[in-house]
Amino acid sequence: MPMLKRIASITALLTVAATSFLASSQETVRLGTPISESQLANFDLIAQPNGNGLPAGSGTARQGKAVYDARCAACHAANGEGISAATIIVGGDMQSEGEPLRTVGSYWPEASTVFDFVRRAMPADAPKSLSDDEVYQVVAYVLFLNGIIGEDQELNASTLPRVEMPNADGFIDQSAIH
Amino acid sequence: MTNKNLEKVAGNGLLNRRHLLGMGLGGAGMAVANTVLGADSGPLQIPYWSRQPGPGASPFGDRSRYAPQLERMSGSPNPTYPGGGASRSPLQHLQGTITPNALHFERHHAGIPDIDPAQHKLVINGLVRQPLVFSYEDLLRYTMVSRIYFLECSGNSGAVLRRDTPDPNGTAQSLHGLVSCAEWTGIPLSTLLDEAGVLPEANWIAAVGADAASMGRSVPLAKAMDDSMLALFQNGEPVMPGQGYPMRLFNPGWEGNTSVKWLTQIKLTNGPVHFRDETSKYTDTLPDRSSLQFTFPMGVKSLITSPSGQMSLNQRGIYRVTGLAWSGSGSIRRVEVSADGGRSWADALIDSERHEKALTRFSIPWEWNGGSAILQSRATDSAGNVQPTRQSILDERGNIATYHFHGIQSWSVNNAGEVRDAHA
Repeated sequence: MPMLKRIASITALLTVAATSFLASSQETVRLGTPISESQLANFDLIAQPNGNGLPAGSGTARQGKAVYDARCAACHAANGEGISAATIIVGGDMQSEGEPLRTVGSYWPEASTVFDFVRRAMPADAPKSLSDDEVYQVVAYVLFLNGIIGEDQELNASTLPRVEMPNADGFIDQSAIH
Repeated sequence: MTNKNLEKVAGNGLLNRRHLLGMGLGGAGMAVANTVLGADSGPLQIPYWSRQPGPGASPFGDRSRYAPQLERMSGSPNPTYPGGGASRSPLQHLQGTITPNALHFERHHAGIPDIDPAQHKLVINGLVRQPLVFSYEDLLRYTMVSRIYFLECSGNSGAVLRRDTPDPNGTAQSLHGLVSCAEWTGIPLSTLLDEAGVLPEANWIAAVGADAASMGRSVPLAKAMDDSMLALFQNGEPVMPGQGYPMRLFNPGWEGNTSVKWLTQIKLTNGPVHFRDETSKYTDTLPDRSSLQFTFPMGVKSLITSPSGQMSLNQRGIYRVTGLAWSGSGSIRRVEVSADGGRSWADALIDSERHEKALTRFSIPWEWNGGSAILQSRATDSAGNVQPTRQSILDERGNIATYHFHGIQSWSVNNAGEVRDAHA
């Protein structure tokens, strides 16, 4: 870089640093250790609506009933009706009279959210103890209980993002408001 | 008892705030004889603690045994939600603006993980030129900044909107205790993101904690590059386990849940992940059944902390009405107080520094004449936002969902001096 241009760009950086709320990063150490995405395969559990991050494996609701009965029903009850207001995961209608019951079926906008949450946080007393296949199976079962997919419909990394959730268009993104 | 030299500036006994500045409160407010300090109690003696040496220095300080043993208020454990729940700061017993670390509110989604910092990792991956992993030791070597910021759970005060009737047992702590304020020290997040090299298609970050729920939130990249920090210290000491030890994300002014604790991963993404805690939770369903999502800055808000719910005024006279104000969109420009349910207002004195996105202390003298009163405060922030009434929020968005409630709090005072939650 020619010296003059370089001075100009350094000046620009300093100006940004001076006006930026937080300190500039120009004078700090760089201590991050490079790592590859393949080394993060067991660490990065994030599943996105477009299917990015969904693992290999698959499952159907028919397969999921046994897993659900063993690992989920104690809190969410036999058919997802729950044992408390917070554990209901089936039913509801956003357009119902009175206060709508908001569940996975009536409220959640993305099927990936169900997979992502079950995989990372459920069952609450032993999170991350289900295999990826079991997560697909249980998610399929919960979606089946909500009448969103069929009992033998296979969920996998390519079919799950295509599941249409009833309230997918029910949200207004406020993130542009600061 | 009324002193004619005291200037009334609004209805029902509100006095000019200058009277708090050493301009003549003493003569009127303290006119009632004090039985401990009065002339009838005989000559003053040197107390016994001035006649013998006390214990020496100690490794870790403790409160005076005579001081109020302040505690957070937490709910009862829920077997279907192990480790979940919240604890609330005792706002009505605190002064100034900084919350002591052990009293900072908490909200956990799967309990507090017992993290050995030597084994903790922070990963930055996704849409970056080079995914990176950082150790705690690495991070301590970076340039850090220190800023005073409030943190507020977006569920704070929700019961005030939810309930059709005032809470007869409500206190500042029970109704509004999910807000606290600390000096946070850490690394500007932009420093670490720049080091990994953000790719042009990235426009959000996904932040994930190392708790049992691996709680995750999506944050727009613009915020992450603006004033978000990786916080490592809280009021000078390592962040408390309940606040994310050894490190947390801190998004100044934004709903508390986005400041992911026990931060272990930041993934650069195109679009938000739609985590459970930004879809199923922390979203606000409106009367038309659409739901607001990604409501980030906490609205301008204030609260009288004294007198407040469950307190009693024991005698007529002048009281220091004081409270806290804050805004996720800037600093506090003005706080007004009403003693007549909002019919008339007077400007309060701002007692503290007016930091951006930090708790700010206000006060105003008020002469209680023994009658009934409704005390309220109303804050205005540096962006010109004015705190709305509870009723106007109710009219606008109903109460199907009660996150992000920042309406005016009313405290009623009856003629017995009892202070209670009120809707006015």
